[in-house]
Amino acid sequence: MSVVSATECLLQMCDERFELEDYQGGVPRWCSGCGDNAILAAVQRLCRDEGLRPEKTVFVSGIGCSSRFPHYMKTYGFHGIHGRALPIAEGVKMARPDLTVFVNTGDGDCCSIGAAHWIHAIRYNMNLTVFLHDNQIYGLTKKQASPTSPIGTRTNTTPRGSYLEALNPVSVTLGVQNVSFVAQAVDWVPEALYDIVRAAYHHKGFSFVRIVQRCPEWLPKALDPWLHDPNRLQLLHHADGLQPSASLVRGYRNHLEHDPADINRAREIASDTSIIPVGILYRNPEVPCYEDVLRSHTLRTAELTRARLEAELDKHTVWPREADAASAAAQQAQG
Amino acid sequence: MVVTLKEHIVEIISDSGEGAQKCGQSLGAIAAQMGNGVWTTEIIPAEIRPPARSVAGASGNRIRIGSARVQNGGDLTDLVVAFNEQVLLGRVRAKELKPGCVVLLENMWRSHADQGIAAAYAKTYERLVDAGYRVHEIPMEQECRAIVSDARRGKNMFALGMLCRLYSLDLALAADQVMATFGKKDQKIVDTNIRLLEAGHAWAGANLDFCYQIPTIRATEPQVVVNGNTALALGIVASGMEICAMYPITPATSASHELAEIFGGVGGLVHQAEDEIAAVAFAIGASYAGKCAVTITSGPGYSLKQEAIGLAVMGEIPLVVVNVQRGGPSTGQPTKTEQGDLLTAIFGSHGDAPKVVMAPATIEDCFYAVITARRIAETFNMVVVVLSDATLATSRQPFARPVFSESWMAPPADQGAVPDGARPYDWDDTTGLIRRFVPGQPGGMHTLTGLAHDRDSHVAYDADSNEQGLRARSLKLAALQQTLKPPPVFGDSTGDLLVVGWGSTKGAIEEAVASLRAEGHRVSSLHLRFLNPLPPGIKAIMQGFGQVMTVEGNWADRPGDALIDESNRRYSALAMLLRARCLIDVDCFSEVRGQPIRPGTIRRVLAERLAAVPGKAGVS
Repeated sequence: MSVVSATECLLQMCDERFELEDYQGGVPRWCSGCGDNAILAAVQRLCRDEGLRPEKTVFVSGIGCSSRFPHYMKTYGFHGIHGRALPIAEGVKMARPDLTVFVNTGDGDCCSIGAAHWIHAIRYNMNLTVFLHDNQIYGLTKKQASPTSPIGTRTNTTPRGSYLEALNPVSVTLGVQNVSFVAQAVDWVPEALYDIVRAAYHHKGFSFVRIVQRCPEWLPKALDPWLHDPNRLQLLHHADGLQPSASLVRGYRNHLEHDPADINRAREIASDTSIIPVGILYRNPEVPCYEDVLRSHTLRTAELTRARLEAELDKHTVWPREADAASAAAQQAQG
Repeated sequence: MVVTLKEHIVEIISDSGEGAQKCGQSLGAIAAQMGNGVWTTEIIPAEIRPPARSVAGASGNRIRIGSARVQNGGDLTDLVVAFNEQVLLGRVRAKELKPGCVVLLENMWRSHADQGIAAAYAKTYERLVDAGYRVHEIPMEQECRAIVSDARRGKNMFALGMLCRLYSLDLALAADQVMATFGKKDQKIVDTNIRLLEAGHAWAGANLDFCYQIPTIRATEPQVVVNGNTALALGIVASGMEICAMYPITPATSASHELAEIFGGVGGLVHQAEDEIAAVAFAIGASYAGKCAVTITSGPGYSLKQEAIGLAVMGEIPLVVVNVQRGGPSTGQPTKTEQGDLLTAIFGSHGDAPKVVMAPATIEDCFYAVITARRIAETFNMVVVVLSDATLATSRQPFARPVFSESWMAPPADQGAVPDGARPYDWDDTTGLIRRFVPGQPGGMHTLTGLAHDRDSHVAYDADSNEQGLRARSLKLAALQQTLKPPPVFGDSTGDLLVVGWGSTKGAIEEAVASLRAEGHRVSSLHLRFLNPLPPGIKAIMQGFGQVMTVEGNWADRPGDALIDESNRRYSALAMLLRARCLIDVDCFSEVRGQPIRPGTIRRVLAERLAAVPGKAGVS
């Protein structure tokens, strides 16, 4: 390793500019028109704009179409097992708070098989940025109902239409103690998507972004009512929240000023599923992060370990006891 | 008159919450301090608070005290202190007491206001006397009342005082134990307990006409007394691991309690996850990020972790998984011991998922096994399963105080830049080993995946990549085996019968073998600490004996059962493994009674085997 002076090091840091290519991994194999592509573009742009060092950035995912995401980044990635992206990401972050950790998870991954982890991840409030790629269908296994499929959705497991009301991931997240950041975006409004992703990244804590996305293969028309009627998207804006550009405001005329500090109002807004609120529903920067609470601020060293272990072994030592040791020492001193 | 004994087994039993456990542990510690060999075993009812005076509710401790080093809990109890006759009856029915066993029985029940209780006591007393037990009725309650108003709190110290007298143990050491237990509370409590202790001692001196002494052979090096779970926790600290992720499960959890207590001070942490799967996934995430982590569980939790263990195998992420085995399947017998998870540990998860399986054989081993496990996990990028069990977890025994070595703490993960062209899964053609790239390392960026992958960690469904990956992950076991030594044979290296064991049965097997050898029998034993890979050379060792059999605490079909014959008999786990690996006709003896297999039982089985035609293995 070459030795670099502090000044050189500083200059290098200032000089370091990253381009989009620095984050572009494999060529995405998603279907054309899949909402995942839009999310990938927004996230790569975020990485470039924030100058995230690729080696210090980790994308963790579960299983499903969206969970292929890390393969398309040129950072570190962990494409794990179905439903377990969150606990894996928690382990990464707990071990290495110096890393920037993102989680990509789908509606089946997060809201069905991994639902227990989702609830508890909200409680832990670790500093992770989580993207719920919600296309309301199981894609990789070929069209089965997911917990977020609207009631009546015809799928291979529900040929006469799904039986149950859809789970509302935003309401669920807002209902859990310790929630600290909830936002919603749609894949077809890239500007808002980028702004929301960026706000999520900047929040210290568990930033949960539900991204409503299209699945052109299995549910091509499911989101048409929202696509065809821009008024069914509701832009949430606030001085402390999203501040949409003039052109965005012109295109989407249903606006609502919403203070992200107001959790009760956030819950009300989330509960109306006829419209899709886009923006930051809730943010509370005061919720402590689990890693800050649990992690010991003691640096692990061999000396420390030895000292602690010896102290512990002293407690369990039956022979020689202190008295024996003292008298032996005294005898030795006399001798 | 003082009777000199080679060894004795003592039990103290009571209803839950009357302190018999504490009394027994203190007795063990005092005897160990005197220089005796000691092995203590917890007697635990299944419920936290079973009804008072119930046959199934016995709670307490069993202490085997010997002159020489004691390696297991032994056979039947020689002397028992019981706080009521019902818990005693439980022990009689469980056939734990030796014929003619000395019984020191609380007599307050004889004059109890509830006539039913008084009658039950009188009836049991008579039956015990008729059965030949030497029952001494002791007014423990009455004597304690002179010192404390609530005798339930303190009777255990009175009993400890009596036992110190009966076994000629130093009362000053007992007082030290009281100090260690209550020292943090106020002086009044310490004083009261010491008075109770002295009262018990004096009462036994004045009223009991027998007294024992078990000569001591003091160890030359410092000794510690802990149970296997504490040894595990201390081993984890010593190993340099920093993260333990777990979910509460009996009988594994107490290891995490110990860790939670001491870990923070040395820069470690215990994460109690929302479930078993989250615990192992969390540990995998931490390991992946460069801090080798451990997860501690027992049977049901171990089953839940299987898919994630497969991920760690596939991704070649170092991971230590401790399974403190209990009775299974399903919820089974949570507080009881069994060795039922060996094959699950070796062959578990799905597909071909090679992992290392180790089994500590003693409490001392529990300490060193995790240190070795971490070393192997990180060197080979493998999952290492450490199979302890409820026997090791809850028994205590003195062993040589470990001397910490900095080499136990592996250096931190290499964060240096990855050379150009280096690949994350560049499997070595001979050993299958890779150099793992850890997040933070410049140039090492790749996406780890549970999907089949090539040397670049790219998803690869082609036939060659798949076979290369399977081959490499399997070769690592062979590479590890190259570093292992053949295990030592206990006894001669040839003979009529070789007993093979693994895990907590070592002490009992060797005691049985030693006693038969002392009578001239040509029997030896072999104890395996590595189960996957098996150490080299064991086939050659087995070939030196006329018969080979395993002794294990897991199910094997009984050859006497009507439908069982050679074609369908399910052998014990290790026997099955040795038969498959070594093509030797290995027989087995197994017991799944929730208790450690007794040396006397093993001795009887081996004697029968030796009496059968020599050289004809598998005769039953």
